[in-house]
Amino acid sequence: MYALQFDETKCLDCHDQDCLTKCWYVEIDPNGVREEMLKIARGEDSFVLRECVTCYGCEEYCPTGNHPFFLIVERQEAFGIQPVPSPLVQRAVNLGLPFRGEPEIKQTNGPVLNMAAFSELTPLIQGRLFEGLPVISTDGRKMFHYFCQLMYLHYGKSSVIKERLPGIIDTIARHKPTEVICFHDECYGTYTSYCPAVGIDVPFTPVHFFEYLYNRLMELKHLIRPVGLNVAYQRPCSSRLSPEKHRFVGEIFRLIGAREVEREFVGENALCCGGTIQGQRRQGSRKRAAAIQDKNIDDMKKAGAEVCVFNCPACLQTLGGMLAREGIRPVYMSDLCRLAIGETPAGWR
Amino acid sequence: MGTIYQELVDIVDAEHVSDRPEELYIYSFDLGTAEPHRPDYVVAPRMTQQVQEIMRLANREKVPVVPLGGGLSLAGLAVPLKGGILIDLKRMDSIIEVNEKARYAVLECGVSQAQLTSYLARQHPGLTHSEPGAPPTATIAGNVLIHGQGDLAQPYGFNSDLVNGLEVVLPTGEVCRFGSCAIGVSWFTNHPLPDMGLFFGWCGTTGIVTKLSIRLFPAKRLRGVGQFVVDDEELVPEIMEKITRTQMAEDVIAYSRAIPPFGMGLQHFTVNIAADSEKELEFKQELIWDDALGEYISRGVGGYLGFTRGLERPQISKTSDYKKGGGFEYVGSVMPIEKYPLCYRRGREISEKHDIPYTVTGRCIGAGHSMMFAWTYAFNRADPETMRQARQALHETDDLVLELGGVIWKPGTYGQQLIIERLDPGTRELMRRIKAVLDPGGIMNPGNWEGI
Ligand SMILES: Cc1cc2nc3c(=O)[nH]c(=O)nc-3n(C[C@H](O)[C@H](O)[C@H](O)COP(=O)(O)OP(=O)(O)OC[C@H]3O[C@@H](n4cnc5c(N)ncnc54)[C@H](O)[C@@H]3O)c2cc1C
Repeated sequence: MYALQFDETKCLDCHDQDCLTKCWYVEIDPNGVREEMLKIARGEDSFVLRECVTCYGCEEYCPTGNHPFFLIVERQEAFGIQPVPSPLVQRAVNLGLPFRGEPEIKQTNGPVLNMAAFSELTPLIQGRLFEGLPVISTDGRKMFHYFCQLMYLHYGKSSVIKERLPGIIDTIARHKPTEVICFHDECYGTYTSYCPAVGIDVPFTPVHFFEYLYNRLMELKHLIRPVGLNVAYQRPCSSRLSPEKHRFVGEIFRLIGAREVEREFVGENALCCGGTIQGQRRQGSRKRAAAIQDKNIDDMKKAGAEVCVFNCPACLQTLGGMLAREGIRPVYMSDLCRLAIGETPAGWR
Repeated sequence: MGTIYQELVDIVDAEHVSDRPEELYIYSFDLGTAEPHRPDYVVAPRMTQQVQEIMRLANREKVPVVPLGGGLSLAGLAVPLKGGILIDLKRMDSIIEVNEKARYAVLECGVSQAQLTSYLARQHPGLTHSEPGAPPTATIAGNVLIHGQGDLAQPYGFNSDLVNGLEVVLPTGEVCRFGSCAIGVSWFTNHPLPDMGLFFGWCGTTGIVTKLSIRLFPAKRLRGVGQFVVDDEELVPEIMEKITRTQMAEDVIAYSRAIPPFGMGLQHFTVNIAADSEKELEFKQELIWDDALGEYISRGVGGYLGFTRGLERPQISKTSDYKKGGGFEYVGSVMPIEKYPLCYRRGREISEKHDIPYTVTGRCIGAGHSMMFAWTYAFNRADPETMRQARQALHETDDLVLELGGVIWKPGTYGQQLIIERLDPGTRELMRRIKAVLDPGGIMNPGNWEGI
């Protein structure tokens, strides 16, 4: 019913072919990119479908907004090319099934913060940054009613997203929100990028979490004391779906007096946390992920980062321990902001 | 019976003897489905000599005696089926000696798993013991005596294989010692004297172990758990074989469960790996995940789920959350690993028949020599019908263990009877004679191993 709008002519006319020439992971002759993309667009097999590590990067690199990554995933599914072994697919597909009770719907008629599948992180949502902001999906048993499903792009399963997402959107909409502040980049990308690309209606206005934090910090500017820390930012894969919001990372850092260290793997060049790559079906994926992680952390160390800032809980879970062992403290952006306004996030010393 | 109470007070002290109904009630049941039975007295001795005197008293009066450690063995093994004196051994909790060079610890029988773990972490951080996934108050002695298995089971086997010596009070009150300590030297070995199998697996029916020496092992600086998953249960035995062949793991467990639903139908492995350096850790990981299991990953039939630092014990008790009311019990078995697929499928059928979300777990013992396979059933303590259902499922599972060619681990009375029916007649006669010699009054934990 829902179909990806992919415009082949945009690829034909494209001068850059950044989608794959900029890719960190697929090795391809730049002269062959157009051909491969066209093959994929026409529904033919391509080695790219097997080599893709599902980092989402090409969604950002594509200069025409043509959704090359969404297309790759559609084709992976059509050809039965699973980027990860089948038990991981089955596990992931089952993971998103709500199994304990129905959501409790309270109508808000105003902005809400959606914790989506991260109810367990509700304790992060405290202090003056979040005063008066209603929060939905705070019950860990019911959080999958709010789970945006986009994760299945890593598993070559667009069909699962299309099947479940309308129901999720309906659940959120039943809260009657005017704006939905998305705790995770992935939800924001789902509602602002994936849904329009495949024709799913979104009856509320999604707001990026960092944009909310930035605006709220502006309101509380009088409380801000520069944190004076050297920070690096670990960009999550799904932020590639909303590159226009990535600027808020820098703006927040500037506002709270955090010095963003100069790194090689930053912005468009950011490296994946490796969480997805390590489980992939290709030979040597575990080592490959470890090598990327080492490179990433080395880069942060060389640049003098004291703190690594996260939006994505999965990235933090993957890299947090490794960073801590290297003396770099992992912290959520919201906690860093709380620090700047004189609050002490849990565990901060 | 008043005189027995007074004599117990004389042996121990008034504070550590009770016949008050509210206290007897607490000791009348365990966490599982066993029917409750109250003891007549509870006594908590502090030393071996007091245990001896209690035994002499019980023998004289022909009163049953039930030894209790942590009371966490679940199958009703320390429920006083015929009343009598329940001896709560938790106060006998001294850690008598830890020998760093010969790597052993001499303990009183009430020392708990958590107590030893934290003591070693503080005082001897280079040493560890094979700790079961049982709740932390489980005793080392109780675990060893039921042939428990801990998180070093893969390299070293059952915890009862790791005993260097015992001090036992016999049902008639005498004390005897086994292992090197029997000739007055240190408690460093069980070999080569006549062994002490008279007390393992007997559920406290042949004597009370008051001290024991267990083997300790190097505690590596880095410990963590890697996870792997397959969707075909038929692959589990060969994967276990491949992992154990590397000799790089400390604990290898396969499990499957219906809740949370994402695991339903899948077989997960947890593999504990320990190392003293990052280099050693990576070397071991490479051998396990890349070399031994890489073929399953590239065939797309097995998935690597990552490695987490820190130890996670098997969390069977989470099952108690499946039904309102927080109860669960499991049938454990010692099984050939090749039976895993059948154990899983047949166990799932039993669970589904009784409307209980299934949970099965297989822990590898030794270099693939066997596994402890467990089927866990949740019930609501406040609902007798769900308890009846769980009990029925447990009995059917006991039957299944024998049908599949396994041996029931720490059987309750139902399972004990199934085993007795099948026992080699010569063995049964020998057991009967041993029991008669050691416990002529038949006072020890009666109801267990009855009718041998
Ligand atoms: C959630 C959960 C997880 C578990 N996981 C594991 C696991 O991973 N591995 C494992 O091996 N077990 C496991 N168990 C089973 C059990 O809890 C442990 O084996 C535990 O160590 C038993 O010790 P205990 O002190 O509770 O024994 P108890 O239940 O007190 O006693 C067991 C038997 O030994 C007798 N006994 C106790 N002490 C003495 C003594 N000093 N002398 C003579 N007889 C005595 C008792 O009468 C009884 O018959 C688990 C149990 C639970 C509830």
